[in-house]
Amino acid sequence: MILMVAEQKDGVLNRASWEALVAAQQLAGGSIPIKVALLGPGSPGVARSLAESKVEEIVTIEAPGLSVYTPDGYVQALQQLFDQESPQHVLFAHTYQARDFTPALAARIDRPLITDVIALRRAESLSFARPMFQGKLVADVTAEGPAPHLITIQIGAFRADALERGGTPVSIRSATVNVDPASLRQQPEAPFQEAKGAVDLSQADRIVAVGRGIKQQENLSVAETLAKAFGAELAASRPICDNGWLPMERQIGSSGQTVAPKLYVALGISGAIQHLVGMKGARVIVAINKDVDAPIFEVADYGIAADLFELAPALIAELEK
Amino acid sequence: MKIAVCIKQVPTREWQPRLNADHTWIREQDVPYEMNEPDAYALEESLRLREKHSGEVVVCSGGPARVQQVIREALARGADRALHVEADQLGAADAFTAAAAMAPAMAEERFDLILTGLQSDDQGHAQFGPVLAEKLGIPHSTIIMDVQIEGDRMRVKRELEGGWYQFARLPLPGLLTIQSGINQLRYATLKGIMAAKKKEIRKIAPPPLTAPRQKVVALHAPEKSKRTVMITGSSAEAARELVKRLREEARVL
Repeated sequence: MILMVAEQKDGVLNRASWEALVAAQQLAGGSIPIKVALLGPGSPGVARSLAESKVEEIVTIEAPGLSVYTPDGYVQALQQLFDQESPQHVLFAHTYQARDFTPALAARIDRPLITDVIALRRAESLSFARPMFQGKLVADVTAEGPAPHLITIQIGAFRADALERGGTPVSIRSATVNVDPASLRQQPEAPFQEAKGAVDLSQADRIVAVGRGIKQQENLSVAETLAKAFGAELAASRPICDNGWLPMERQIGSSGQTVAPKLYVALGISGAIQHLVGMKGARVIVAINKDVDAPIFEVADYGIAADLFELAPALIAELEK
Repeated sequence: MKIAVCIKQVPTREWQPRLNADHTWIREQDVPYEMNEPDAYALEESLRLREKHSGEVVVCSGGPARVQQVIREALARGADRALHVEADQLGAADAFTAAAAMAPAMAEERFDLILTGLQSDDQGHAQFGPVLAEKLGIPHSTIIMDVQIEGDRMRVKRELEGGWYQFARLPLPGLLTIQSGINQLRYATLKGIMAAKKKEIRKIAPPPLTAPRQKVVALHAPEKSKRTVMITGSSAEAARELVKRLREEARVL
């Protein structure tokens, strides 16, 4: 059995959970049952939307110690769930939250955890492809020893729209676990946003990202107008955020956000590995850069080797038609 | 306060990968190395905490003899002394194996706080910190932007996705993985480099290494699955062509 652990926040399913479910379906190959686990306070809407997928059942897990997320709480709950269900594989999306608790869980139960997986490989044995050396290389990795084997799936590596739906909604059942609030060593406070109306780029359908090619802070308006014309969110490569020209939460890359929108327009971005790892999962990538040798063109679907200060206004005019 | 900083030596950002003969690992000859950048931010944070609360900062690294390079760099930047769990196999070990190898020596030291980078730039598992915390029986938190010590507890600021943040409290001793960019890195001065030569690096043999729970069976270049369509012409022509293709071909507009 393959267990996929979904992630929700305030009654909304994390988009990356759908992608991890697609990975689970691919791993199952139509012959292995899949169950989806959902931890935390009741979200019947989330459970119901999951129940429309082609899986065996949805398992909800609530306990006094799971009212908010803590690594201690989730490790305890999942260890008990694994004892109840005996999965062969457990899949998670490689979100900040999964990074916070899955290694501790793997260490607690002494089982392998393979993180940031971009593809499944079935050669002589099952292996998992994951990036190494800032994306310069890909490693095919096998998980060794007894089950369960824990896997986190890189955001954007699998397409949520490849999800297989079931004919009728599957059953939703609640599992019983013991998580005593007194046993939790972390005491979290309520999450907050620093910037008013800060955007979650990982949920944006279209993104226009600006890089060093914009040259000066005053020129950002070109990128802003282009983003608006595309109906896209504005993002940036790291140097732009380090300069303070855009806030840190708009940063795409290995030390910022990883995104997989339908459309990603890279404006004046060279395509250094640290940036590519954050956006190469986008469905359609457009690269605009003066330098025809810029590495960004390696991952682009459409490339225009041109001066962005000439091309951007032309694009804006065309989009506004 | 007794603070440990776990620092990894990794190939430099500029290094062009070369594979070994059977393509199961990199070719290790002539690889230039440096301190893992996320760990550099953890080191800087530890030095600031020592400045505020007094105590000592102990660099902890695992790997072959060559990792002395980053240990010395850390000592030159201001760490007080170092532990080097020396083993050739730790050079290529996965994060789980590495954390298990470091745990016994670090347990003995009874650190109040352990800091490390959120992940390493070579293998990038993002597991070392939480696994080490579990082995040591101490609580942890990850992707930390700020640390405030409050007596026998700490209040930390976690970065969440999409511009969200969260404060959390946890008791000491505890372990944190530090987000990059949290502070401004200091670099070694000549004075620091000279002083580092006299600082203690205690070498420790690792415990018997556990059988790894994951194995690299092949290492290769990423597949290029895309064929880039380069659009040429004047700005107006290229703009028209691109929008047309995005609408009709790619169907994203």
